[in-house]
Amino acid sequence: MSVTDALPPAPDVGGPQQALLAVKGLSKHFAVGGRLFRTGGVVRAVDDVSFSVDKGEVLGIVGESGCGKSTTARLIIGLIAPDAGEITLDGEPVGPALSLRELRRRVQMVFQDSYASLNPRLTIEDTIAFGPKVHGVAVNEARSRAHELLRKVGLDPGHFADRYPHELSGGQRQRINIARALALAPRLVILDEAVSALDKSVEAQVLNLLLDLKAEFGLTYVFISHDLNVVRFISDRVIVMYLGEVVESGPVETLWADARHPYTRALLAAMPSLDPDQRTQEAPIAGDPPNPIDPPSGCRFHTRCPYAENVCSSTVPKLMSTGNDRHAAACHMVDPASGHSKATAQAIRRRAQSATDRPPDAEAAHA
Amino acid sequence: MHNGATNGAGPIVDIRDLHVRFTGERTVHALNGVDIALRQGEVLGVLGESGSGKSVTLKALLRLLPARRTTVTGAIHVAGQDVLAMDGTALEAYRGGVVSMIFQEPMLALDPVYTIGDQIAETVVQHRGVSRADGRRRALEMLESVRIPSARRRLDAYPHEMSGGMRQRAMIALALSCGPKVLLADEPTTALDATVQIQILLLLRELQRELGMAVIFVTHDIGVAVEISDRIAVMYAGRIVETGTLRDVVKSPAHPYTRGLLASTIHGSQRGTRLEAIPGAPPRLDRLPPGCSFAPRCNLADTACRQGEIAPVVLAPQRSARCVKLATPAI
Repeated sequence: MSVTDALPPAPDVGGPQQALLAVKGLSKHFAVGGRLFRTGGVVRAVDDVSFSVDKGEVLGIVGESGCGKSTTARLIIGLIAPDAGEITLDGEPVGPALSLRELRRRVQMVFQDSYASLNPRLTIEDTIAFGPKVHGVAVNEARSRAHELLRKVGLDPGHFADRYPHELSGGQRQRINIARALALAPRLVILDEAVSALDKSVEAQVLNLLLDLKAEFGLTYVFISHDLNVVRFISDRVIVMYLGEVVESGPVETLWADARHPYTRALLAAMPSLDPDQRTQEAPIAGDPPNPIDPPSGCRFHTRCPYAENVCSSTVPKLMSTGNDRHAAACHMVDPASGHSKATAQAIRRRAQSATDRPPDAEAAHA
Repeated sequence: MHNGATNGAGPIVDIRDLHVRFTGERTVHALNGVDIALRQGEVLGVLGESGSGKSVTLKALLRLLPARRTTVTGAIHVAGQDVLAMDGTALEAYRGGVVSMIFQEPMLALDPVYTIGDQIAETVVQHRGVSRADGRRRALEMLESVRIPSARRRLDAYPHEMSGGMRQRAMIALALSCGPKVLLADEPTTALDATVQIQILLLLRELQRELGMAVIFVTHDIGVAVEISDRIAVMYAGRIVETGTLRDVVKSPAHPYTRGLLASTIHGSQRGTRLEAIPGAPPRLDRLPPGCSFAPRCNLADTACRQGEIAPVVLAPQRSARCVKLATPAI
């Protein structure tokens, strides 16, 4: 029998044209440091974030700690409630139309800590069969489904089904987490730093596995990671977040070749070199990311940006198309009408250059 | 023996045939014959996955392993001193004075109830016997040398008041405050954000050059090792399986494990390709296979690999790999 018999995946509704996941104006603020009768600061963990994920796509989300990438994941899967915004799954808005229970069947998540995310008192088989049983699959069927999923993730059920999480290696545990996520036949899997804690040789195995499973089950992934090499390998499109906001989004190779936001460029330039003859000579930006409590005004990156001008601290830049297909950046330099001195110059140069080459941006930096 | 810069007396760090065994319910063979010869002013990157023995090597160098449950054999000499023979007083002077260490998590390495300035000053007072005022002066000097902005104000900051990058800088300042000859770094940039990591790596590179320190830098990240190292030692299951200059090891790896590790590291555009993963997982250190520990995962392995101790094969001066296949020129 096949894995999909007992609990078939949710049927496709809108066809390939309709995004599988659409997030609009999503916000989550956390109050911090408040005392009795006194309010403290507010962490704007996710602030007016919008994006969509196409069917069969891998959307990478990158950014440094505190940028809101994990909060975004938790909001999508309903682990925390948003303050504002809409989440739509294949045309159905999450809420009255699509219950949390049904949402969690269609969207599953794999976390970074493979040990903490498994129940230490359940055997591997029970862990994987748990979800299907809750969703009404008969015990025997849930069990054989668990065994089949174990095989799919490259573990022999005869050897692993009766073991406990502590008996397994990190790579094996992460395979279990993936199998458990797939047990409910989800359409979307959110992978939140899912390979980050693994050793390199094991990480490669798990990445290969993720690609195989995606092809076999027709899955869609949201892949959250701080490792840009991994994101570039697995993603079709990438969104870059900084202090709770999306600063740039676009197809992965466009972003790598032609990043428009200074933060994206800094992030790419900060990757350690793998070539002994081309070591990094200078850090692309100084300082740490600012505290997400009371973030900087205007463009949140302006405190670290070499191109910052007055407009950057006064006005919030909107995410605007760069002219490339599906490529957008929230930077005043991309908006010819912003009043930033580099904005118009860049726009003219870009038209002349027909976007084959990147314009030189090593000009005078105003701090 | 190499000709080091220290009075021509040989390497500043000289580790020979170091074995570390942890005893208890089961016996874990954490290090199984490690040799390291590090010259003054040299940066050795120790590359390996979890459980390969890289952190244990550093802890053994500082005698930080729990004495009751650890059996150490072999020899460790640093700056001519026999580290394994040191008593309590000698160890106190040695730790921080001759060899210092920085860690992955500065929040755990720094004392949360003392200000940064007090912690550095106290260390200097203890080691150098100077006055408290001189200690404070030294602390300020150190914070400035690790480029902490408004250093004078930061002297009175507690660790929790600083950002991750600043804390890491403060820990480096503390570690270098008594002018150690050797700095041990245990994944000091792993927990940092990407844009901060590169700043700390460049700072360490600069300080190392300025002060002429020898550095042993442990990491699992090949990119980080490339940015910082002069030489590389690749560890697997408690042994150094390959060592050589950075360029040699990264550009022409000799040991099958090093080759697999480099091949499984994603670089550039590899979208749509399958990654060349090494099959299987590292062996358990309480049940090491006989012969080459990598043999169970190696596609070149045959019966010769599974018998007896595999000795390092010298490929060039200061370049060797523990693989029997390299002894015959067939590979």
